[in-house]
Order: sequence, then structure tokens, then C-alpha cells
Amino acid sequence: MKKDIIIAGVGGQGILTISAILDMAALQSGYNVKQSEVHGMSQRGGAVQSHVRISDRPVYSDLVPKGKADIILSVEPMELLRYLPYLHPEGYLVTDINPFKNIANYPDEKLVQAEIAKFNHHRMIDARGLAKKAGNFRAANIVMVGAISDLLPFEEGLLKKVIADLFKRKGERIVQMNLDAFDLGKKAVIENMTV
Amino acid sequence: MAFFFISLSNNDLKIRLMQKILLGNEAIAQGAIDAGLSGAYGYPGTPSTEIIEYIFKSKEAKQRNVKAHWATNEKVAMEEALGMSYAGKRAIVTMKHVGLNVAADAFINMAISGINGGLVVVVADDPSQHSSQNEQDSRFYGKFAMLPIFEPSNQQEAYDMMTDAFALSEKMQLPVLFRSVTRLSHSRANVTTSEKVAQNNLQILSDTKRFALIPSFAKKQYRNLIDKQKALADLAESSKWNRYHEGTNTSLGIIASGIAINYLYENFDGKVPFDVLKVSHYPLPKEKVRKMFDRVDKILVLEDGYPFIEEMISDYLGREQKVTGRLTGAIPRTGELNPNIVAVALGLEEHIAEEMPAIVAGRPPQLCPGCGHIDLYEELNELIPEIGEKRVFSDIGCYSLGVLEPYNSIDTLIDMGASIPMAKGAADAGLQPAIAVIGDSTFTHSGMTGLLSAVWDNSPVTVIISDNSAVAMTGAQPSAAMGRLYDIAKGLGVDENHIKIIIPLKKYHDKNVEIIRDEVNYQGVSLIIAQRPCVTMSNEKKDLARKFNTFEPSY
Repeated sequence: MKKDIIIAGVGGQGILTISAILDMAALQSGYNVKQSEVHGMSQRGGAVQSHVRISDRPVYSDLVPKGKADIILSVEPMELLRYLPYLHPEGYLVTDINPFKNIANYPDEKLVQAEIAKFNHHRMIDARGLAKKAGNFRAANIVMVGAISDLLPFEEGLLKKVIADLFKRKGERIVQMNLDAFDLGKKAVIENMTV
Repeated sequence: MAFFFISLSNNDLKIRLMQKILLGNEAIAQGAIDAGLSGAYGYPGTPSTEIIEYIFKSKEAKQRNVKAHWATNEKVAMEEALGMSYAGKRAIVTMKHVGLNVAADAFINMAISGINGGLVVVVADDPSQHSSQNEQDSRFYGKFAMLPIFEPSNQQEAYDMMTDAFALSEKMQLPVLFRSVTRLSHSRANVTTSEKVAQNNLQILSDTKRFALIPSFAKKQYRNLIDKQKALADLAESSKWNRYHEGTNTSLGIIASGIAINYLYENFDGKVPFDVLKVSHYPLPKEKVRKMFDRVDKILVLEDGYPFIEEMISDYLGREQKVTGRLTGAIPRTGELNPNIVAVALGLEEHIAEEMPAIVAGRPPQLCPGCGHIDLYEELNELIPEIGEKRVFSDIGCYSLGVLEPYNSIDTLIDMGASIPMAKGAADAGLQPAIAVIGDSTFTHSGMTGLLSAVWDNSPVTVIISDNSAVAMTGAQPSAAMGRLYDIAKGLGVDENHIKIIIPLKKYHDKNVEIIRDEVNYQGVSLIIAQRPCVTMSNEKKDLARKFNTFEPSY
């Protein structure tokens, strides 16, 4: 078993939280993990990425080689395209469709979606909308975890336990909201509610 | 951070090992704590910051009464660590690569004096310049100072090596340089921790002459350092961190240092057919390098950073060309390694990858919405047409982003604290008025001496301290400048009539422009403190900052 995942987005969108969930699930499953992330200046509204590598064998490189990613998960559609060189021919593209426009030259949204739609294995989710339904748009990153949960080498119960542990400090209500967000992301994929 | 227990079937192992997921920097910190650390000093800088932050938060460090401290700059941090070592206890000092330039005076000379308690200098280099002005390779500093260097290849080694680094430091009575890079410091992996080493007791030396480097003592100490080189080389030669693997195919041999070995293994799934020398402990193990020269036809050197090993073992005149790497073009001369670059260098077919579509726009970092630096730059930009272009000298911090669109407010940033002396020098040349924009923490790091120099010479410069009461870019660590800037400026001799405090908010825009204009026109040193806590800080931290900022604005 080996899963190479690139997580993409803009600084502040909760990329590191997604990474931390996958890390903890991997550790508790007895897998090896390496997860490279971005700190420092780029975190200030810039493009950020995290490489998550999970395997039952040793993981060598901290970086996913180009052409090897099983999943590219993005919380922003244009940011998904930035990491296309990492995609394995059989890999999945999974993204929130809601753009984050903090630059003047953001491309036409339709063109962005058309680029993503060129790939067979794509999932475009209104994660922000679903997160709002769960209680807070900020939980869009957890919706996205739900949206790839069937592609991960973890039991759903374990992922939910990890999410619950992660938000425990913030109280029961926040835990439930995030678990709901996870379920909505998962359901969106199952019901083929992709846009 | 998460952890769980592994129960071992092997009864010989009495200790119960614990596995955690740790960031490279956290593995370094935990390794140091478990190696009997008593003090950790540093100055925040990407990619090194999380080492000290982890020790601050560690319950074990607290239980063991480990001192953790953000010093005012890297040189101060290193000297504080040396003081702890002098008193017999184990210390680390942490910084980013350019921080070692600041601390170089202490670094080179404590190699001459030697140490007492183990002293490990942790420096995180930044190949590819993710957050830095350059990609300088700290291994050159280690060689320059004639000190042993450890260069872990992964998070587990980063943890394990720390115990060895302290032991080596005490055995040889020398500091040890511990080199990390961004991709190790900022990557997480499973790390198994081991039993803790006891801390040292306070130990007052009976003879302290070697720490007093007047020439007569220093010459003896320098000779001592030279004489230790043979032992340092022997220890590196037999070090378990340097391994030689004999391959079945001798057409190529590969020397891989630090994390570069991972990219090699990645390409061969761990089973490399060629000879491989893994280097993680310097001086470079000469006998092992000789063995490779004797066995293989060609050598490829893989190292993240400068061609440090390659340059040492290359034929200077390039007649033989047996050694390849960054100098020969087998590997790009700049930038960090990755699995794909290494694949190409090995002549392996690269996977056909998708390209990034042309519509993808760049997304550079930017100042946070509501940031006080934005208001300051808008005020400054209003004045530029009347003051003149290309005369705003700036510094290192979030406010460095003012060099980009849409601000274009600042013209220079070179190193920590360069803004004020550069403004003074340019003013001396006739570029008047000259303005320096510097952050609060950068000012106390390296700005104060420059200000004193300008005051001493009564230079016509205006210094604007954009004071957000934090070391913001590295994660809003506390700033030593908090609540002290006015008194420092006054104490350094800036005329109190020309020390002004402004609040960079839209509602004060016109007043602020007026104050800046008046001070820029003053023919001496003026200083403006633009004071507003960093927007990323918690309300608690902002309130604390406001409590310290007791001087009234100059309206």
C-alpha cells in the first residue's frame, strides 16, 4: 500500500489541518508517513502545498515525485491546476470549486473548471457551501477530507476519531460540526453531486 | 503531534519506545531534550523557528527545567549558549543559515576556546531560497571553523544524532555544527524516541584561561584545534552515520549527503545497484571516498546546497572529470534537489508528467488584510512624489513585501538591520532625504548600532520603525522591542523633539503624512514609531502589546 497525496490551497485555508488528519490516521494505522509542508513567508496569502506520503513500506523522499501523486486535493480550483505535473496518469483530482481571488489576474472560472474536467478522475465539490450547511464555511477543508475518504487506506471510523480528537479542545459543538462536514463531503461524492 | 505506544516483543529492550509524528525541527528539539539539554537559545528564522517553539511548549522540557529563550539576535543566542556550556551544561543554539553570518564571530572563536558542557549549533539552510536572500551552505562555516558537522538524512536521524552530537562535543571539547535544510526541518515523519540522558550539573572550571582569548592563550588554543583535526577525521571515518554500500555495478558510484540519499533511494526503491557512500558526519571520510575512487568508473555527488563535497574531491583542472554533480551540470547549479532531478542525473527515464496549464496565475505572498504595514506604505507613497524616488531603505520582515505591487514603497532589503546604515551612507553621498523602514524586532536585532552611528554623525535620515509588537513573519513570536522603542531611541541620542509615535490607521492618514513630511525635512536623525499590533495575533497578545505601548501618539 502506498498513497502519495498533494494538498494545495492558499495560506490560511487549512491545508495543514488536512495534512495533520492524514498523518495521525496513518500513524494510528501503523503506516509510515512523510509529510512536507510550507512555513514562513508563503503562508501569508500565497500558494501553499503539502506533500503527504503514506505507505506500509519505508518512505524515502519527503517530496512526491512528479507524475506519482495518487490524489491532488485542493481547497481552491486554480491551485489544483498548479500541481498537475505531480499527477499520476491514474490519479484523482479533487477540489473545492469556490475560487479564492486575492490576486488581480485570476483566470476565468469557467476555463479553470474546463481544465479540470479534461481529466476522467476528477471531483469538483462545493465544499464551502456544504461546510456552511454543516455550520461554518471554515470547515470546507474537512468537507474535502470526506470527499477523498473512499480513496484513503483508512477506515471511516478512524478518520472520524482523528477529526474528533483534533477538535476536542474546541468543544462538542465544533467536533459535531466538523464530523457533519466530513459526512457531507463523503455524501457529495457518493451521490455524484459533483458540479 | 500525535503519539501511541508500541509494545515490543523483544524483552532485551527494557525501555518502552514511543513513536510520534514529528516535524524535522521537532525531532531535533525532542532529540536535544532527551540528550540532557539544559538550555536552548535562538532567534526566529524560517526554516529553523519550530525548534525553540517546541521546547517552549514541551512538558518534558518544563519538568527538566530546560531554559528556552528567544535572544535578541543569533550572535547573542550563541553567546548565551556558550555561557551555559561554560558552566558545564548542555545547550543548543538555533538559527537559519543567514543567522550564522550574524553569529559567525562567536562561532569561529568558540572553536578556538572550545567548550565545557556539550554545545550543538543547529543551523537550518534554505536551498531554493523559499524564505531567504540566498542559499548559502553552512557546511562551509563548519569547515572554516574546523568543527565536526552532523547532517541528518531524515527525522529519525535528526532525533538520534542529537545524543551523539552532544557526546562528541564533550569528548572533543568542541562545538558541533548540526545542519538541517528546509525539506527536513519542515517535513513530518514517524520518529521513535528513546531513553533520556541525564542533564549535567553545574560545573565551575578550575582553569578558565582557554576561554580568555588574548593572543598568548589563543595561539595555544588554535594549535590545540589544529591538533584535534586528526581525531575528528578518525571519528568521522568510523562514524555509524557514514555508510559505504558496495553495489553490483561499478560503472558509477554515488556520494549522497544529508537528505539527498532519500531521493536516490526513491529512484531505486531502496535497492541501488551502484556503490553508495552516505555522508552525514564530517570531516568528509577520506578512506571511504578513496575506496569509491578505487572501485568505480565515475562518481556522482548528490548534495542539497552548494557543491561542498564535489568541490573538495573534484580534479581542480577538470582533466579527469571522474566526479560529476552541480559543478559539471549533471545537477542544476542552484535550487534544492528532488526525486526528479536525481532521476535525470542518474539517466533514468523521467515519467511523462502533465504540464501546468497556462491560465494558472502566480500567487505570491502578500500582506494580510488589515495589516498596519499597508497603511504606513500608503502614507509613505503619498509623500514619494515630493520627497523623490528610490530612497526608501528597508529591511527583513513581513514589511519586505512592500517592495512588491501594489505598494512599491521600499527600494532595498539586504540583511537584518541594513536599512539605517544604508540610508546614512546614501545621505552621506548626497541622496537626501533618505528614509529607513525597519520592523521592531529587526531594530532590536541589528538596527540599534546603525541608529547610534547615524546619531553620532548627525546624519539627515528618517528612521521609521513599523512596530507590530511581534516577530510577525515567523509566527508572531514575542519581540524584545515591545514597549522599549521610545526609550531606546532617546537613550541612543535621538532628539526627543524628533521622536514621533503614529498609529497607522486610515483615520489618521492625513496626520501621519504630515508628521512623516515634517521629520523627513528635518536635517538630523528623526525617528517615527508606527505602532499597531500585528493583525494575526490573538486578542490576548494584542492587549498585552497595547499595555506595553504606553506612549501617546504625537497628534
